[in-house]
Amino acid sequence: MPRPERPAPTGPERPAGPGSGAPIRPTPDPGEPLLQIVDLTLRFGGVTALDRVSFDIRRGEILGLIGPNGAGKTTCFNAITGVCPPTAGTIRFRGTSLGRRKKHQITRLGIARTFQNIRLFPEMTALENVMVGADAHHRTSVPGAIFRLSPRHFAEERVCRAIAMEMLDRVGITERAHQIARNLPYGDQRRLEIARALATRPALLCLDEPAAGSNPAEKASLLELIRSLRDSGYTILLIDHDMKLVMGVTDRIVVLEFGRKIAEGLPAEIRENPAVVAAYLGVPDGSA
Amino acid sequence: MTGFVDRLRLADEQRAAFAAWPRRWWAGLPRPVRLGALVAFAAFLVALPILQPPVLTTTGTDFTGVLFTVGVYCLCALGLNIVVGLAGLLDLGYIGFFAVGAYSVAVFGSPQSKLATEYPWLVCIPIAIAISMVSGAILGGPTLRLRGDYLAIVTLGFGEIVRLTAVNSEVLGAAAGIPEVPRPPGERADGTRLFTIVDVTPFYWLVLALIFLVVLAGANLERSRVGRAWVAIREDEDVAQLMGVPTFRFKLWAFAMGAAVGGLSGALFASRQTFINPESFPVQTSLMFLAAVVIGGAGNKFGVVLGAVIVAYLPERLRSIDDGLLVVWYVSLVLGLATYLLLRRRGPRDGPRTYLRLGVVAGILAALPPLLLAMPEVFGSRGEIGQLRYLMFGLALIVMSVFRPQGLIPSRRRAIELEDRAKEVEPGATS
Repeated sequence: MPRPERPAPTGPERPAGPGSGAPIRPTPDPGEPLLQIVDLTLRFGGVTALDRVSFDIRRGEILGLIGPNGAGKTTCFNAITGVCPPTAGTIRFRGTSLGRRKKHQITRLGIARTFQNIRLFPEMTALENVMVGADAHHRTSVPGAIFRLSPRHFAEERVCRAIAMEMLDRVGITERAHQIARNLPYGDQRRLEIARALATRPALLCLDEPAAGSNPAEKASLLELIRSLRDSGYTILLIDHDMKLVMGVTDRIVVLEFGRKIAEGLPAEIRENPAVVAAYLGVPDGSA
Repeated sequence: MTGFVDRLRLADEQRAAFAAWPRRWWAGLPRPVRLGALVAFAAFLVALPILQPPVLTTTGTDFTGVLFTVGVYCLCALGLNIVVGLAGLLDLGYIGFFAVGAYSVAVFGSPQSKLATEYPWLVCIPIAIAISMVSGAILGGPTLRLRGDYLAIVTLGFGEIVRLTAVNSEVLGAAAGIPEVPRPPGERADGTRLFTIVDVTPFYWLVLALIFLVVLAGANLERSRVGRAWVAIREDEDVAQLMGVPTFRFKLWAFAMGAAVGGLSGALFASRQTFINPESFPVQTSLMFLAAVVIGGAGNKFGVVLGAVIVAYLPERLRSIDDGLLVVWYVSLVLGLATYLLLRRRGPRDGPRTYLRLGVVAGILAALPPLLLAMPEVFGSRGEIGQLRYLMFGLALIVMSVFRPQGLIPSRRRAIELEDRAKEVEPGATS
């Protein structure tokens, strides 16, 4: 297993701790690609969910992935995180191909995700949920844990707890640490998912509709959180239906429809793009 | 309709309060008191075979023998708890590992076995644990890709495969079994052997010590990365893997650890019996182990130990119902009723019906001993209560899954959850 080369538990690329941050807004263009998706194709039986989709995610940007229902957004996430291995095409993360790596190996490389429909460990406390994520890079196994002889075990436990508390603080739910995840309010469950993903020390954070089901106030504070994450060095891939949210927070946008990429560009360009407008609103009879 | 919901919520609140208070009471005691109580309790356990306390003692069978069996069940419940309670892998063939441990000691240690290695007991035990662990890994390797019911069925098959292999293998003594299983070393002051067939007390103390060690090891595992990974796998395996848990490896470890403890208790069982054959390992025993875990509270060490005591001890104790037991039963019934009436919270719908319902429950409990006494008459002379244990525990499991699915002593997480819910219901409650 490759050891994480970044000891800093906070921002991976640009270690900026919580609170230390005049927002350094990275210019989206010069960033080198962190994740390259080339001709990604995914078929389930006869259904082609993704058809030769290619795009790059650059270091330090927030890339929005949008498209109508069934366009293949979540499938794209699943391909990146190893849930559904691609039928064809390659996904390269930091220059190395993800190939057919297992899900947990991909997580250790530095890709973490949240889920469209919240999937926490419902009967663990919030802190324990995040600690599972923080354990991703740890190596204590059964012998070390039973006999408690190795100093590594204690060191890892300490680090794990510290990271977990820090991440809870980061998303603003420290006071929920010892509550059972199932009993948290909806908005806090969303935040807990983000904290758990952050605890795996990712370079790329994939958020699958993080604002789904939230009210406008929650959405606004979530936007704030996402921006602050980007500013402290995380690269973010964001799926959402809410156009206002996507337009407001993303640096670039990729649009999918029926498994194909139909547009890519800055938010302003996407808003004007006729293909995108057609995909979302439909095409009037007689035109096109 | 709202009345029903209110009642449900009230019941849940009361249940939550009830689930929480012993824990809070215990945590609130000063540390020396807690320590002293634990030491006293441990001393009581150690002294049990010597004390032979009047009401606890089984009249029909040798009390110390029963104590040893209960200890073996406790070990098995603790081991199975790792697999079922923590990692959430339903294992119906746990007796298989138990048998592997027992046969390992017999085959490598008995002068009567075909192998004729005649290793001493102290060598046999690590071998038994190692072989059980390997058998756990062998079973787990191909089958842990299965989930839920499918895994349960395969493990059920495994238990039978071990037994049938023993029946058909000459090395394993076939149907006749293997006699002269070695016993632990050790001598008394007068030079006679410490561990004999006649006196089970040393075996009981041995198993008690091992239970202590296994509880300690289990606690260490629970409070570590491994324990968190296991619970995460139980909660949502896919997500656990996406959060960086190498799920297959940890599931395999859970199986191997469960198997190791099962093998250890099997090895003790074989040493105590000095003779084993395939009939010693029926598949029903697997289900009794599982019943112990479920009744006691899957995921909680103390819960499953209590479950094991209930499953292994109560049927033996109830083989004969004597006056002492009846006195204890009725006195505790009256005391319990009085405590409930004094301490319970008054609900919004308190009325004559509440008392009527309470009266019915008390009546049933009071009528239970005569009913049990009548059972041998109803079921014929062989229908001892001990014989009806499968019926009893079947019923107990049904009742549990309806009224208390988290077990008698729920795992800490369940308890916290219930407590949380109680706070939500009653925001002004002090914790």
